[in-house]
Amino acid sequence: MTEQPYAELGLKDDEYERICAILGRQPSDTELAMYSVMWSEHCSYKSSKVHLRQFGEKAPETDVLLVGIGENAGVVDVGDGLAVTFKVESHNHPSYVEPYQGAATGVGGIVRDILTMGARPIAVMDSLRFGDIDHPDSRRLVGGVVAGVGGYGNCLGLPNIGGEVVFDPSYAGNPLVNALCLGVMRHEEIQLARAEGVGNKVVLLGAKTGRDGIGGVSVLASATFDDAGGPSKRPSVQVGDPFTEKVVIECCLELFVRGLVTGIQDLGGAGLSCATSETASHGGSGMSVDLDLVPLREPSMSPVEVITSESQERMLAIVRPGDVDEVLGLCASWGVLATVIGEVTDTGRLHVRWHGETVVDVPPASLADEGPIYERPYARPADQDALQADSADALARPQTGAELADTLLRLVGSPNLASRRWVTEQYDRYVLGGTVLAMPHDSGVVRLVDDSDRGVALALDGNGRYARLDPYAGAQLALAEAYRNVSTSGARPLAVTNCLNFGSPEDPEVMWQFAEATRGLADGCRELGVPVTGGNVSFYNQTGATAIHPTPVVGVLGVLDDVNRRVPSGFARAGDVVMLLGETAAEFGGSEWAWVEHGHLGGLPPRPRLADERRLSNVLQEAAGEELLSCAHDVSDGGLGQTLVEAALVNDIGVTVTLDGGPFVALFSESAARAIVTCADADVDRLLEIAAGHDLAVTRLGRTGGAALDVTDEFELPLQRLRDAHEATLPRHLA
Amino acid sequence: MTARIGVVTFPGSLDDRDALRAARLAGAEPVALWHGDHDLRGVDAVVLPGGFSYGDYLRAGAIASFAPIMVEVIAAARAGLPVLGICNGFQVLCEAGLLPGALIRNAGLHFVCRDQRLRVEAADTAWTSEYSAGAEIVVPVKNGEGRYVADEATLDALEATGRVAFRYVGGNPNGALRDIAGIRNDAGNVVGLMPHPEHAIDPLTGPSADGLGMFVSVLKSFAAA
Repeated sequence: MTEQPYAELGLKDDEYERICAILGRQPSDTELAMYSVMWSEHCSYKSSKVHLRQFGEKAPETDVLLVGIGENAGVVDVGDGLAVTFKVESHNHPSYVEPYQGAATGVGGIVRDILTMGARPIAVMDSLRFGDIDHPDSRRLVGGVVAGVGGYGNCLGLPNIGGEVVFDPSYAGNPLVNALCLGVMRHEEIQLARAEGVGNKVVLLGAKTGRDGIGGVSVLASATFDDAGGPSKRPSVQVGDPFTEKVVIECCLELFVRGLVTGIQDLGGAGLSCATSETASHGGSGMSVDLDLVPLREPSMSPVEVITSESQERMLAIVRPGDVDEVLGLCASWGVLATVIGEVTDTGRLHVRWHGETVVDVPPASLADEGPIYERPYARPADQDALQADSADALARPQTGAELADTLLRLVGSPNLASRRWVTEQYDRYVLGGTVLAMPHDSGVVRLVDDSDRGVALALDGNGRYARLDPYAGAQLALAEAYRNVSTSGARPLAVTNCLNFGSPEDPEVMWQFAEATRGLADGCRELGVPVTGGNVSFYNQTGATAIHPTPVVGVLGVLDDVNRRVPSGFARAGDVVMLLGETAAEFGGSEWAWVEHGHLGGLPPRPRLADERRLSNVLQEAAGEELLSCAHDVSDGGLGQTLVEAALVNDIGVTVTLDGGPFVALFSESAARAIVTCADADVDRLLEIAAGHDLAVTRLGRTGGAALDVTDEFELPLQRLRDAHEATLPRHLA
Repeated sequence: MTARIGVVTFPGSLDDRDALRAARLAGAEPVALWHGDHDLRGVDAVVLPGGFSYGDYLRAGAIASFAPIMVEVIAAARAGLPVLGICNGFQVLCEAGLLPGALIRNAGLHFVCRDQRLRVEAADTAWTSEYSAGAEIVVPVKNGEGRYVADEATLDALEATGRVAFRYVGGNPNGALRDIAGIRNDAGNVVGLMPHPEHAIDPLTGPSADGLGMFVSVLKSFAAA
């Protein structure tokens, strides 16, 4: 036996032995490289698979899923023969090493996943997390990531319709960049990543293959950063070219419409290794590929480099021999490079040649679907009990009206509650002409096609602090917030995608967080009746022994039969009645108030109230359907005070409210399952009737109007003062 | 007969479908034109849409200005055909020499997308007759290289001859000289502006419907002719 460098490629001893057993010999260098990327945590889900199964096992009854978990993205029936596909994916590690390109290619990658399903991409969202806003590295990271998300998405012509930006010291050195894409198609246009039909040609189209992104999924994304880990890993980050992606998208959509491809797969993580083995494995076929035919940026590339390169903007299409000329001609008219690099065979083997020699001869399923599966040990963190016992109840609270006002001003200007305008203004929200709602509204709403009023609403939420205190509840609270944010627009929640960001799975305490969060999310989805359609796991978000807060980010998609009936999140006119739907308890564990005012993280997060969330959603949908609501805005991070300020600042319309009971709890508690709504006097009775029908509590708070937030008997804050506090923070730190 | 408004798609054009939709909503027959053709398909007016034609490589609009279709657009514009350049289309018109000046990187260095107030300075062009001079409208602006610049003499000449078509009011988003958002040629058939009227055609999907007036204006100019 010759020594092989499997450990440097990220493979463990027993994994290497298994490869030898599968092949009955030592792997070639190229085969070893392919197994190392395909069996990486990022590609194989080897540590998460046993937990992710719950999403299928506990899935609620549904008739809206046209394509479920396992494909590039799930596909949801939204009616009228229309289907949408959506998915969120992480690009965390590359974005730390090279913020602009890491974030840009994160957007590019998820857009290709959506395109691969046969859909036209129509919107993107992004969920971003960084260390403290005044951390010395934050300006580089935030500026680079935001410019990268914008630079790629704007140039692709996809509106960015929402997302989140969060600052917390736990993400210093491990920023999270999660990108979501939404696509639309007609039912009959769904494409699958299958290589079928012996003799069909394998066509590589798009950008040339270069030396960028080699080992991106393995040594970069599936390993912990050490102290010197950043810059030295820069060659593992891909480099994006959105212009090429734009023409690849238009070209592929035309190929689909003309029925010229029988299967399609994007090249993302693990590059050709992944695209060839997955399409062959899922098609139950074999495939032969000649690497000499792959167009290269750099002719001296080795076969290992060619087959593991993660160069962007590439797609693999399976084409009938008689259609090849038409495919190549169509690609040429878009200026898209297209090359036949192989064909589908009946050998059941993936056979790759280079310079006339066989460099790979393996069963494709052994790469794509039969990687290792681990039941990693897990253990409740040693500090979990102490953390939960350290309740926020003992923290000093503001007493007087003036103290309450000062507290509110500090909160609305705090990094996590301040206006996101500095970020969102760098994103095009208008392109394609279908954007009905975008930031700062609770969810993004888009009209799907020009000749229909049907639309979808999307929200993307997470809360790492809640999940740190209780990962089971934290995952459910993330789900509940996204579900609620979709509901406030008037939409009917239908389906879920998720991006699970955690530390190292080799740490039992991290693994416990992961197990609890997935269990919570699966249980929550069942209770809310919304199935998971797909998603992504990102492990190894840690530096040395320090992991990020467990951060499940959840996307919920809802449907609006008529986008004209969407409900915005800002006060629409003076004189409307303001009401709170849902009930408030004193819940301050993991709250923004505890963090901003006391630097405190402890106790238990707010109790998830999923049955109440469902009732709230039903009331919001029904009231929106009857066009009773002029505004609806969810109450979450920061509490009711933050909600009122945000609603007032959208259109500069003030509000006067009377808070019964203790004003502090009313203003700052983060109890779940709540929203504020406004309506005209004439519609109040009907709204109360609907709420009563769903057994949902309603509290009348006051009335819109004026140029201040007036809390009767407590304080009055001019909107201009609130706006100054709310909008100055991000530019001050980041511009 | 319904007037036909053509919209050119270059590789990397993004707002072409939006411009076609605006033309249709204004009552015209929208006609898609292809960058590689030497054929204007008999249209009555042409829109060069927003986007990043050819990836903005070299300079924004520079490569597109040499596309085959631009040979036809330039000749027709000189003969009086109404041409509207929006954002990247404005950049193409400047690169093609149909309008003076240039668009450079925003003063703040960032891409900026916001709802922008504009004052209509010239209401006597093919694309602005629906507005009254001095009227204020709200349309989205969204670009990274939208800062209009020209030498002082050119700027003075533009002002003196009423060729400033639109000016930013309530804040200049990109540092454009003299707050210039859009300009016109002498004849008034060619207009270029950075903001996006095609994104302000319906309050459901835009900040207003103020942009529709540009497409209606050009239709009325045919009726009057």
